[in-house]
Amino acid sequence: MAPEPPLLSMNGITKSFPGVRALDGVDLDVQAGEVHCLLGQNGAGKSTLIKVLAGAHQPDTGTIRWRGEEVALRSPIAAMRLGIATIYQELDLVQHLSVAENVHLGHEPTTAGFIVRGRTARASTAQLLKRLGHPEIDPGRLVGDLSAAQQQIVSMARALSHEVRLIVMDEPSAALDPDEVDNLFRIVGDLTAEGVAVVYISHRLEEIRRIGDRVTVLKDGRAVAGGLPAKSTPTRDVVAMMTGRNVEYVFPERPARDAAGGDPLLEVRGLARDGEFEPLDLVVRPGEIVGLAGLVGSGRSEILETVYGARRPSAGQVLVDGRPLRPGSVRAAVRAGLGLAPEERKAQALLMLESVTRNVSVSSMSRFARGGWIDRAAERGAARAATRELSLRPDNPSVPVRTLSGGNQQKAVLARWLLRGCRVLLLDEPTRGVDVGARAELYAVVRRLADEGLGVLLVSSEVPEVLGLADRVLVLREGRVVHTAPASELDEHRVLDLVMEGSPAS
Amino acid sequence: MTQHASPPRDSTGKVPPSGAAPAWRGLMAHADVRTLSLLGVLAALIVIGGITKPDEFLDTRNLQLVLTQASVIGVVTVGMTFVIISGGIDLSVGAIVALASVWATTVATQEYGFAGILFTAVLVGVGCGLVNGVLIAYGAMVPFIATLAMLASARGLALQITDGKTQIVTIPSVLDLGERDAYVLGVPPLVMVFAVVTIIGWLVLNRTTFGRRTVAVGGNPEAARLAGIDVRRQRLYLYLLSGLCCGIAAFLLIILSGSGQNTNGNLYELDAIAAAIIGGTLLTGGRGTIVGSVLGVLIFTTITNIFALNNLQSDVQQIAKGAIIVAAVLVQRRTASTT
Repeated sequence: MAPEPPLLSMNGITKSFPGVRALDGVDLDVQAGEVHCLLGQNGAGKSTLIKVLAGAHQPDTGTIRWRGEEVALRSPIAAMRLGIATIYQELDLVQHLSVAENVHLGHEPTTAGFIVRGRTARASTAQLLKRLGHPEIDPGRLVGDLSAAQQQIVSMARALSHEVRLIVMDEPSAALDPDEVDNLFRIVGDLTAEGVAVVYISHRLEEIRRIGDRVTVLKDGRAVAGGLPAKSTPTRDVVAMMTGRNVEYVFPERPARDAAGGDPLLEVRGLARDGEFEPLDLVVRPGEIVGLAGLVGSGRSEILETVYGARRPSAGQVLVDGRPLRPGSVRAAVRAGLGLAPEERKAQALLMLESVTRNVSVSSMSRFARGGWIDRAAERGAARAATRELSLRPDNPSVPVRTLSGGNQQKAVLARWLLRGCRVLLLDEPTRGVDVGARAELYAVVRRLADEGLGVLLVSSEVPEVLGLADRVLVLREGRVVHTAPASELDEHRVLDLVMEGSPAS
Repeated sequence: MTQHASPPRDSTGKVPPSGAAPAWRGLMAHADVRTLSLLGVLAALIVIGGITKPDEFLDTRNLQLVLTQASVIGVVTVGMTFVIISGGIDLSVGAIVALASVWATTVATQEYGFAGILFTAVLVGVGCGLVNGVLIAYGAMVPFIATLAMLASARGLALQITDGKTQIVTIPSVLDLGERDAYVLGVPPLVMVFAVVTIIGWLVLNRTTFGRRTVAVGGNPEAARLAGIDVRRQRLYLYLLSGLCCGIAAFLLIILSGSGQNTNGNLYELDAIAAAIIGGTLLTGGRGTIVGSVLGVLIFTTITNIFALNNLQSDVQQIAKGAIIVAAVLVQRRTASTT
């Protein structure tokens, strides 16, 4: 297709971390002067891929070719020397240095090799900022005093202060207002006109429509589609690829009985958090799985964490068994019978240095303790029973939890709440980082727990997962519930339309 | 749908690539390796001491002296180990020891005799720990800063109380504990206190909910919070515990020196942190052992003793200590990275 070799071509890139294969044979090729969009859910492998590209991670296998020649990006400096610049989502600026100092960090213009020529640095910085359409930013100001959008511009100025041929932008629009986004797109257009390639990561499909040339979709560490035309591929197809429609899931059957029976276990009344989600009402009854469907940024995780007391609501109430919980208190929630399996298992749920037993028992230690003294035999027995019930593998709770696969780590978190005698499970992306093969088993576990009388509130960006597992579905868009219906009355297309457009257009 | 599906792969999804069992065994082996290597270092030091000064080093009185010296800093180190495992740091331990030792030896306190001294030393220690803990747990202050402030204030207060003078203890029942007559089967009472504190520390860390919570808070505070642990209360208790250990250490120091001085406990914070670190406690929290820390203390005290017996001055000792800390951390980094 291309008359000359692509600017960048990555082939068969794999990268594993303990317990998870983040990249599983990813191909990516980027032409000079194009905007190549990278799409995928959280955890699909985008961040790992761009870190490989930035020289921050070394791939386990695979080749990287730069203008046809094989290269090894051994360090961020090596990548920079080739002309690859990365603008990370979490801006990597030094807050207490000035704009000019940040832009030239690591390659300051100097006299005699060590005396920084501040005036030169400020002048060239001012020029870069002007080129980026933000001449009003003073190069002498501290970066910490700038707005998020301005910091983004500084970050971009830093990238452009090098001889750059390819810029990776990781969700650059996430922190920007609409008019700032327009400016960003203008800059991207200028860059590509100069022959610079842009790898653009975003969750916003409409942006990709506007500026993208081609799209590569990542899912579960694989490129499920490479180099699709960005403007003409139907949105629905792109989202379906992101959300894994092509994967065959086996969902457990719903119970025949009406799940809406019984008094509500969990009731949420007018719960809201300013800037995150609007007042929300929902009810979870015993045996019922309620799903929240929505894309990243729709407020899903925030809702769960607020229900759980990990975030303090700005309005509203959470009731368990009709009794209101003290707002903003995780301990009150846990005592009332809530249990959270958070999205970031390793960062938010697991004690990675500890055994499975200790991870499982951590929320119910006092049950095995008399006067603070832990009966370890009882603890081990209970942890073993809980992990067996969920068929956690290996069947040996004394192994460190970090040696488990993603699915089994999730089971360890569920076992924790099972042991605690939890009555409402809050599941945030329960199958993230879980192998496709292990998912069906996890679904069966969740359904079985519900059948035993637990209430489940499920959040997932994978629409088939919500539809397949939940009894009732609330569709979220930008912090607002746009639709509520029994799962059996919804199909994936309908939900995707709702999730993206907010109205059931076809 | 037009999509280039990635090549079909084993859908059973085999992860992780390296088997689970070897990694686990590796970790268990490392836990042992760490303790064994510390024991090895200590044994080597004893051999060196025995060779360079056979008569003096292995003399019972000298060994009693080494253990007695280790006792004061050892008790402090047990408390410090808990704090570091929880992801914190307590820079104020030396100053708290000083303040507790002078407050417990004022003329007014000594009027209440043995109990007055013991009670005051412990109370002052716990009181300082309470201030540290409240500032850190509920005032959201960084432990480094809060305990640094305590270090300065407690030392200042100690100087104010003594006016720089040594306060001699006149209570016979206190002084007698330091005499040879009080030794039980050749073991000084101070060493017995150290042993008891060590055993209790080990039990609390490994067998109680308090110990588990300490490890959880240090290993992953966010996960601990979301698991329903009261992270702040736990932090408060930990600094109270460290203060309590300082109070006990101050009492031991009063017995040992027969006096209270505002210069007591100088640089204890560094010795205690260093001993915990070479004992394998992670400065970032989440992992550490009482046994390792106590071995670290014994190693430092033995080195000091051997150097003193060989007429090497304290400057050489300090340099050697520094080198040992660096070596220990480098060795541990290597063993950690191979797991």
